[in-house]
Amino acid sequence: MSNHDSHEEHCEHKGPHVVSLGLLATVLIVLLGLTGLTVVTGKMDLHGFDLAVAMLIATVKASIVCLIFMHLYWDRKFNGMIFLFAVMLLGLFLAFGVLDLGQYQANVDAYRADQIQP
Amino acid sequence: MTATAHAHHGPAHLQHHFETSEQQFDSAKLGLWVFLLTEVLFFSALFVAYTSYRSLHPEVFAYASNYLDTNLGAANTAVLLLSSFTVAWGVRNAQLGQRKLLIMNLIITLLCAATFMGIKYKEYSHKYHEGLLWGGAEHSIFKHNQFMILDAVKEHSHAWNEGVPEAGVAAVKDLSNDQRRDVSIFFAIYFCLTGLHGIHVLAGMVLLTLILIKVLRRKITPEYYTPVDLGALYWHLVDLVWIFLFPLLYLIR
Repeated sequence: MSNHDSHEEHCEHKGPHVVSLGLLATVLIVLLGLTGLTVVTGKMDLHGFDLAVAMLIATVKASIVCLIFMHLYWDRKFNGMIFLFAVMLLGLFLAFGVLDLGQYQANVDAYRADQIQP
Repeated sequence: MTATAHAHHGPAHLQHHFETSEQQFDSAKLGLWVFLLTEVLFFSALFVAYTSYRSLHPEVFAYASNYLDTNLGAANTAVLLLSSFTVAWGVRNAQLGQRKLLIMNLIITLLCAATFMGIKYKEYSHKYHEGLLWGGAEHSIFKHNQFMILDAVKEHSHAWNEGVPEAGVAAVKDLSNDQRRDVSIFFAIYFCLTGLHGIHVLAGMVLLTLILIKVLRRKITPEYYTPVDLGALYWHLVDLVWIFLFPLLYLIR
């Protein structure tokens, strides 16, 4: 099996890419470090940026897992595209959910207030 | 190699409708990535519920999150990351034909998964005991009307009687009926998200066990390690979901 660490664009497929043990171990240490970081920042007052910082760290962790552990960096681009598509659909779902909420929550609240009055 | 229709050429693992092992591997992998897409969408509905509810009631999330144990959540994160590492190493072992290391890594991954479920059990049983459940559950201290809450639960639940004094969190008995209803929704979302994730961990354990059996029966070779590769991809997705669940549920100030 081919075992080359510097890999060029995947035009032709030369057998599977084998990730070196050193890289896998480095990724584990980085992921554990980022987990520690998110626990520490989670306990600090970041003036409204708490959620943004937590999500940024989680996204970095998830990207590393996808690219290295899940081989997407060396894999066929189409597999990565499928996963990106899933993330985009999730974003679309979230965005429309939040938009809808912003639009109609006032009506729900008004309805509830009416129900309690009499 | 040219494979004519329905003639069995090539290695034993190659099914007749594929030209080459590589084509078979790529098809399997593509299929698994499409499956992972549906998994992301499966979880996304719950993430939308989470987002909607948190944006409407941020204070409820900050309050209820105090009842989750950050240390246990962080421990579970570390355990899952370690298992992701061992399963990724396992794929390398399978590619290089390192059978003993592959068996070791699969067993460590399974042990990590079991540890994760063990910690989860500890958390769930503590919450059951405290009555920290969704509003409809019999043992819940978040019923909309406090007279419906079981006296037996009221008596021994610290959450009901004292709250979390060191964090300045009010006792549940001091909350209004509306506030209790709101907190009960947080716990409904918490149990749905972590429960669905837990089911995925259990499914992953079954999958990894089946793969381990294949390895023990010498069905996995550097020429054919597709089950290990795909099983590992699924396991990483379980890890990915938890990477987001941990800060979203446990780390709310």
